[in-house]
Amino acid sequence: LQTKSRTITSILTVPLASFSFPCTIMSSPFFFQTNAIKTSKYNLFTFLPLNLFEQFQRIANAYFLFLLILQVIPAISSLSWFTTVVPLVLVLLVTAVKDASDDFVREVHCEPPNNRLDKFTGTLTFRDQKYALDNERILLRGCTLRNTEWCFGLVIFAGPETKLMQNCGKTTFKRTSIDHLMNVLVLFIFGFLAFMCTVLAIGNGIWEFQEGSVFTAFLPRPDGVDASFSAFLTFWSYVIILNTVVPISLYVSVEIIRLGNSFYIDWDRKMYYPRSDTPAEARTTTLNEELGQIKYVFSDKTGTLTQNIMTFNKCSISGKSYEIPKSPQKVDFSYNPLADPKFSFHDHSLVEAVKLEAPEVHNFFRLLALCHTVMAEEKEEGNLLYQAQSPDEGALVTAARNFGFVFRSRTPETITIVEMGVQKSYELLAILDFNNVRKRMSVIVQSPEGKLSLYCKGADTIVYERLHPSCSKLMDVTTEHLNEFAGEGLRTLVLAHKNLDEDYFREWSTRHHMASTTLEDREERLDELYEEIEKDLLLLGATAIEDKLQDGVPQTIEQLSKANIKIWVLTGDKQETAENIGYSCNMLREEMTDVFIISADTPQEVHEELRNARKKMKPESEDEPTIIQRGILDKKSKMLPDETVDGEYGLVINGHSLAYALDKSLEQELLRTACMCKTVICCRVTPLQKAQVVELVKKYKQAVTLAIGDGANDVSMIKAAHIGVGISGQEGMQAVLSSDFSFAQFRYLQRLLLVHGRWSYLRMCKFLRYFFYKNFTFTFVHFWYAFFCGFSAQTVYDEWFITVYNLVYTALPVLGMSLFDQDVNDRWSVQFPQLYSPGQLNKYFSKTAFFKCVLHSCYSSLVLFFIPYAAMYDTVRDDGRDIADYQSFALLAQTCLLITVCLGLDTSYWTAVNQFFLWGSLAVYFAITFTMYSNGMYLIFTASFPFIGTARNSLNQPNVWLTILLTSILCVLPVVAYRFLLIQLCPTINDKVRVLRGTGTAKKT
Amino acid sequence: MKNQGTTNRPDNTAFDQQRLPAWQPVLSAGIVIPGFLLVGLAFIGIGVALFVTSRSIQVLENDYTGTGSSVHCSECVNPKTTPCTCQLNFSLSALFQGPVFLYYGLSNYFQNVRGYGSLRRPSSSCAPYQYDQNTTIAPCGSVANSMFNDTFTLYQLVNATRKTVPLDGKGIAWWTDYNIKFRNPPEVDGSLAAAFNGTVKPVNWPKPVYDLDPTNPANNGFLNQDFLVWMRTAALPDFWKLYRRITEGEYASGLPAGNYTLEIQYNYPVANFAGRKSVIFSNTSWMGGKNQFLGIAYLVTGSLCVVMSAVMLIVYAKFNSPDEDF
Repeated sequence: LQTKSRTITSILTVPLASFSFPCTIMSSPFFFQTNAIKTSKYNLFTFLPLNLFEQFQRIANAYFLFLLILQVIPAISSLSWFTTVVPLVLVLLVTAVKDASDDFVREVHCEPPNNRLDKFTGTLTFRDQKYALDNERILLRGCTLRNTEWCFGLVIFAGPETKLMQNCGKTTFKRTSIDHLMNVLVLFIFGFLAFMCTVLAIGNGIWEFQEGSVFTAFLPRPDGVDASFSAFLTFWSYVIILNTVVPISLYVSVEIIRLGNSFYIDWDRKMYYPRSDTPAEARTTTLNEELGQIKYVFSDKTGTLTQNIMTFNKCSISGKSYEIPKSPQKVDFSYNPLADPKFSFHDHSLVEAVKLEAPEVHNFFRLLALCHTVMAEEKEEGNLLYQAQSPDEGALVTAARNFGFVFRSRTPETITIVEMGVQKSYELLAILDFNNVRKRMSVIVQSPEGKLSLYCKGADTIVYERLHPSCSKLMDVTTEHLNEFAGEGLRTLVLAHKNLDEDYFREWSTRHHMASTTLEDREERLDELYEEIEKDLLLLGATAIEDKLQDGVPQTIEQLSKANIKIWVLTGDKQETAENIGYSCNMLREEMTDVFIISADTPQEVHEELRNARKKMKPESEDEPTIIQRGILDKKSKMLPDETVDGEYGLVINGHSLAYALDKSLEQELLRTACMCKTVICCRVTPLQKAQVVELVKKYKQAVTLAIGDGANDVSMIKAAHIGVGISGQEGMQAVLSSDFSFAQFRYLQRLLLVHGRWSYLRMCKFLRYFFYKNFTFTFVHFWYAFFCGFSAQTVYDEWFITVYNLVYTALPVLGMSLFDQDVNDRWSVQFPQLYSPGQLNKYFSKTAFFKCVLHSCYSSLVLFFIPYAAMYDTVRDDGRDIADYQSFALLAQTCLLITVCLGLDTSYWTAVNQFFLWGSLAVYFAITFTMYSNGMYLIFTASFPFIGTARNSLNQPNVWLTILLTSILCVLPVVAYRFLLIQLCPTINDKVRVLRGTGTAKKT
Repeated sequence: MKNQGTTNRPDNTAFDQQRLPAWQPVLSAGIVIPGFLLVGLAFIGIGVALFVTSRSIQVLENDYTGTGSSVHCSECVNPKTTPCTCQLNFSLSALFQGPVFLYYGLSNYFQNVRGYGSLRRPSSSCAPYQYDQNTTIAPCGSVANSMFNDTFTLYQLVNATRKTVPLDGKGIAWWTDYNIKFRNPPEVDGSLAAAFNGTVKPVNWPKPVYDLDPTNPANNGFLNQDFLVWMRTAALPDFWKLYRRITEGEYASGLPAGNYTLEIQYNYPVANFAGRKSVIFSNTSWMGGKNQFLGIAYLVTGSLCVVMSAVMLIVYAKFNSPDEDF
């Protein structure tokens, strides 16, 4: 076997002569499945039937299929088949195209792998030897190998058995609150439809009984139809006629609007980060308007608020702290040819200590050079390049390198370092991994001299528990230093080591091997073993790493809190570090009334501290929280109302306490207290706790949550929140892959929420209000007409108008508004973060807003029916001929409706496109109407266009136009007056800003 | 800014960056209040014009159902008295300005019921009047079958003698109905009757379609003007249909003052469904027939706008505080 010069530990490196492939083309020796992975849903042939089947599973589409079936029953059919078929086909077509393109995209991008992916257990038996297989030795599909020219691998699960495939589709599908509301409203509308149809059916029964029965000389009844049966048939006929209250194009329009607004996020240059060449990305295109409703932001710290570019700043070695910059000059590392020229350190005494060969100092840096998982790449002599999994490790190894302990290369069995110019190769006997529970990492190495040592680095509390009692004095001094470091917002690690007895180690090693090849409880058994050997350690010192805040973080946080968004920082850092960051990014402020710190060790104490904090903020608050049942049917969902307090408070809670506080018995107390505070910082939290905190808020607060993070440990929280935002930064792509939106810098969150989110919400709400308005108005006119046509399900408009009303005449203006509308521009949106609050309060679209829409439609429809009714009553053309005939009346009613609906469009930002869409739609209406009512169309399609000549005979009459003018004015002007008075009497923040903008008095930013 | 290489920097276009120039109207007092005032004044102007015009239009309407409050033609209510002719006398004290149109009006008559078969879907709307004992009915359908068949003759009483007022039945239907929508089948050997061979007349009709107007052979078949008028079904249950125009001879400028007799051939039964029949003389203006509603509606709307502008002005003066802080 040819061993390669460089390998990495994450690849199975047992000598397997038979399986040697370039890593990119791995194939399986076992033929379980073909190796092709299909992440797409359809192929060319299955697309049509499968897609249609799926689409008809959607309740709205199934409803239209049902309507279609109703329409082919002659006794019921009140509309020609095409009135339903044309819209249905168009909607199905658009959806199918969208699905097809989504599916095409799915084959490019992959669904995010879930967090189960980081666990793998298996064993490989080869030549009677058992080798442990675990996550370290597994490559997942979609991963890229770095630093490796060759590797040896064995494909374990291929094709559909890959972990990727088994994890696909497990991600829960996120829906926005507007989606939920829309579903409720659609149900309500169905009920309302049934109600209207029942009323009309009863009306028909009465009419048939009183009038129809005596009108039979001119209108005989079909055989076997009496008044009650006629009423029954009429019910279904009206279901068809009034079906427009449940607009078929609603869902597809909503999707299109969201897609359009997602593109704006992708296209925004102000969310593009030139340094990493990363634009913002809307990875989910169905959640946009929810961005305008965020009430809680849960943020990770490292890499999200900070840059995650670590620099080794300070250290404490054997009780001596090297920290104060003694001279402005940087330390000269010229004695070390392998030093990294970019590294700078200000404390010369440390270099002196290294040069004096103090054993503790040497051990300190030796540990840093040995105990890590960094890969070194040396393309040419002396030019070292480190690849670190975490930036902290990279910073520490780089520091060791500069102080003369250069990590040079590693194989699975050895680590080669250059100690003060002397190359030494240590045998790597064991790596005791870092994980989130252990919070430490150790290596066991044998020096060239044959000495066995264990080097350990980890979180201070963890390592302190495992120190030898003899270190207690040193511990006290180091603790002081640690507190100082943490107080400056630095990230700290404690280093310790111990020498191992050879016999003991051999015996331990055997047990370790056994444990690592077992398939049952492998992790638990390994943990026990690690626990056993990592004790009685000798303290070496501590490191402090600085992680600088990203640009604009304090300003962003200030803006967001002005927008009434509560920001909770959930970090794995220790309390002091977290607090310090809290102050430096403006979350905690000196002028705050109080900052509560919850760090207790028992549930009782935690409860006590939380309650005391709450009592201090609001002495009169009751111990038993008021819980509001969210729904009548839904007993499980409870809600805690917001409690307001005077003054600004902050809350810092550590992981220990959080674990107790998240318990069922305390969670409400935690939430009440936390929600009274302006700022909440949770430190030392595990990824699971992050998700639990998010779930807790989601459970008891009817609020939209957003989680933002950059690392794998944020994935659970990103998935738990309504909206997950991934920062594409230093820590890989896991967070981004499971997020809904991603960008490179925390400060872009401000623009995402205050500009894009706000606009999207505004547009969506305006769209929905308008859409329901125009459809309800359309439908109600039919309802009123029923009282004058014997409830016979006669349509009040031309059937062609019914067919294309939603799809052609009124589609584009409202779409234009939903894509371009801005109440104020982006600069003003940012300058006045208060503009964000209507979204949080569901002001623009709610059940109340919907009800108002219905009332408004009701008024408009009354105007739109009764004004033409009265204006055409017993009247004639100027030449004495007919104008009150059915066809002319239908034309008049539909023209009034269309013009009113077009003028009623609530656009506040009229771009040329909007103007074009609006006037274009009206022009198209008249063009189509005149075409359809023309001689030619009648002569070609006699049966389809019976309205021949109506447009010509009717639209040349002044009274027809005066009627149209009157109806539009009567529909539009009351709204204008109402708005104007509202602005004068109780102006919203929005109105004020718009007036300000109009007068141009605000300061320029 | 220049983009180099394969950068991901988004394009800097007004569209992408949502910076399209736009007109952003604000509902400011300076626009809304004068706007309302202007609209109000304009509407009052239109309203006055409409109202005055409508008042100048003369309408003479007489109910001749013969039941209830109607005294005319009560002798003809019993359907057994056929044929029944009744007289309706009226006098004009002044000239009834021409051209005068003669309408018949029907009330509580539902031409707009879906099953009545307006011509929306000719192919399917003929039942139950598609066949009469397996022979095709021409014209088919409920509408045609129920065609109005009362006839009117107008006399002026001059020196106790009745002088016929000529009634013009040409051009009372829409041009498009007469020229495009309805066609007669091609004549067979110069005979329209032969063209309708193999069909029978509608059940309710006394005579076949090719014999509707014995006085004018050209006014027969599907192109009979009365038939066309009837086939343009009404939108509402109360409607007028144009019967004749008075445009000829000495009556071209109107009906002079005097006494008149309208002789009505009472054929059409409406009493059993509580319908009403009336006959109407009317002239028209630029705004069409008499309709008081539109003028009044404009006046009311206009006045409301003016009142509203005053209310808004008061509210604006009282509540506007421009220096409000946020």
